[in-house]
Amino acid sequence: MAATLPASRYDERVKMERATPGGSPPGRKRVWPWADAAFSMLAHGAAWVTLLLLVGIIVSLFVGALPAIQEFGLGFLVSTEWDPVQLKFGGLVMIYGTLMTSFIALLIAVPVSFGIAIFLTELSPLWLKRPLGVAIELLAAVPSIVYGMWGLLVFGPILSTYVQQPLQGAFAGVPLLGTLFSGPPVGIGILSAGIILAIMIIPFIAAVMRDVFETTPAMLKESAYGLGSTTWEVVSKVVLPYTKTGVVGAIMLGLGRALGETMAVTFVIGNFNQLDSLSLFQAANSITSALANEFAEAGEGLHQAALIYLGLILFFITFVVLACSKLLLSRLRRGEGGRS
Amino acid sequence: MSALATLDGKRMGLHRKRKLTNVIALALALGAMAFGLFWLIWILVETVRLGLGGLGLSLFTESTPPPQAEVGGLANAIVGSLIMVSLATALGTPIGVMAGIYLAEYGKRGWLGAVTGFINDILLSAPSIVIGLFIYAAVVAKFKTFSGFAGVLALALIVIPVVVRTTENMLSLIPNALREAAYALGTPKWKVISSVTLKAARAGVITGVMLAFARIAGETAPLLFTALSNQFFTANLGEPMASLPVTIFKFAMSPYENWQKLAWAGVFLITIGVLALNILARVLFRNKA
Repeated sequence: MAATLPASRYDERVKMERATPGGSPPGRKRVWPWADAAFSMLAHGAAWVTLLLLVGIIVSLFVGALPAIQEFGLGFLVSTEWDPVQLKFGGLVMIYGTLMTSFIALLIAVPVSFGIAIFLTELSPLWLKRPLGVAIELLAAVPSIVYGMWGLLVFGPILSTYVQQPLQGAFAGVPLLGTLFSGPPVGIGILSAGIILAIMIIPFIAAVMRDVFETTPAMLKESAYGLGSTTWEVVSKVVLPYTKTGVVGAIMLGLGRALGETMAVTFVIGNFNQLDSLSLFQAANSITSALANEFAEAGEGLHQAALIYLGLILFFITFVVLACSKLLLSRLRRGEGGRS
Repeated sequence: MSALATLDGKRMGLHRKRKLTNVIALALALGAMAFGLFWLIWILVETVRLGLGGLGLSLFTESTPPPQAEVGGLANAIVGSLIMVSLATALGTPIGVMAGIYLAEYGKRGWLGAVTGFINDILLSAPSIVIGLFIYAAVVAKFKTFSGFAGVLALALIVIPVVVRTTENMLSLIPNALREAAYALGTPKWKVISSVTLKAARAGVITGVMLAFARIAGETAPLLFTALSNQFFTANLGEPMASLPVTIFKFAMSPYENWQKLAWAGVFLITIGVLALNILARVLFRNKA
């Protein structure tokens, strides 16, 4: 009896396939059989475009910089000579300017952003949280050229009169500080650029730090409060240890922004290609400001290649910094997923 | 007795110290918040104060003047910016949305999704001047001329990562039950994405596009050596094209008073425009989502 029954009541054509775990739809007769493939191809293609964009940037910068790389090699990184007339180029002045301004920016921005993030997560009354958060995000949306122009025409003169001149007067003879505060106190130079950059990256770091702080499970914090901890103790001994990778990631993100920022720096750094003192008031140059000022006018050939070489170095540095930031932030996110 | 008293005193001392540290730390946090807001307010106030002086009808009808001229406006720069920013958004959005769809709907496991997501986040914060260098090498150097078209391409490359990131985030927020329900009805995948998930995430995706628009409206660096600038009115993408940010840059660095005044008026326009777009995007998103 049983042998006469067919193995299945359904023949192959009618049988429904099981949906795969990836969620692809069951095989059915479709109205437009090609639409699915076309759509998937478009989506894949767009993803590839994003990847190729990065490859394109690296390759084109490398090809453009090749004449300068062949001519100067790695010595480019430590030479301070920048002479478009005799075609002798070295990038140390700009690299120093970029690193130093970003360092000053971080020095100011990190504690302030930390404070803002604490305020927004632990202190602020509920009704103020959103407006203040939005205000900080809006500060991040203001175009950098606005910061630059404001820095040059409004902030620079004030910095010169009320900060630089008194500092110079106070530390004139002191060995190290005297050198740092020497130079023309005109409100243009490394210090001003660093301060403007700090104002620019505070909202970026603060917004990410706030998000990072908010990943701390409420139960951890409540337990600490329940044991009688003060708010500061909760932040420094519970929230901070729990989120430290994310906090470092947020700082790296800000650093990446500061390194690559162009307009805000170009306005106030003074565009001066010499490195004869460690003075913070001295006009200087950064990679981005050199590119912004010289590239359009640079003659084809070695001058342009040297500038592209600088761009390649900048891209390399920011790429490494941003990649670290991304890895740290995603590690925090993964950890969070594991615990919940 | 006395031993207990000193212990008590010690305890109270510790308590006071902890309280004091707490108060100092929180006061500093409050100060940091005030510090952050202080700059925002200062910059906005100065922009409005100095920008209002240059506002007037001629700002929108006259082209950029020569130094020390009596009349003049920013018409060519405003139109140039609008053309380039609109075209760049139109060019970058479809690619960005499709790549975002790939990340959220196709590439969840697989290396391409992981790598693309990672690279995209780096491009999101990569120095925009490097994008300008790339377009210079790829387009301007090939065609031997600065052009509005090159500017559009450079800006479009900045739009893509912004749109990819928001599209992916918004699609990931859509509950899987919605997708499963659509699949259960026998809907093909492309239809599920285009008429169910993307539709549900519409407000978020539009927000992302608006934010991208606002972001490139203020970008200067990538235009410096792609679109360059143009003193005259032009709608021809084949020749150098003026834009608001580049004009502001040129005018603000100049010693001429009439140019500086125009630069402040331009900064005012850009700031108000960008902030309005940002606020609008947030309001829109909150109401829809």
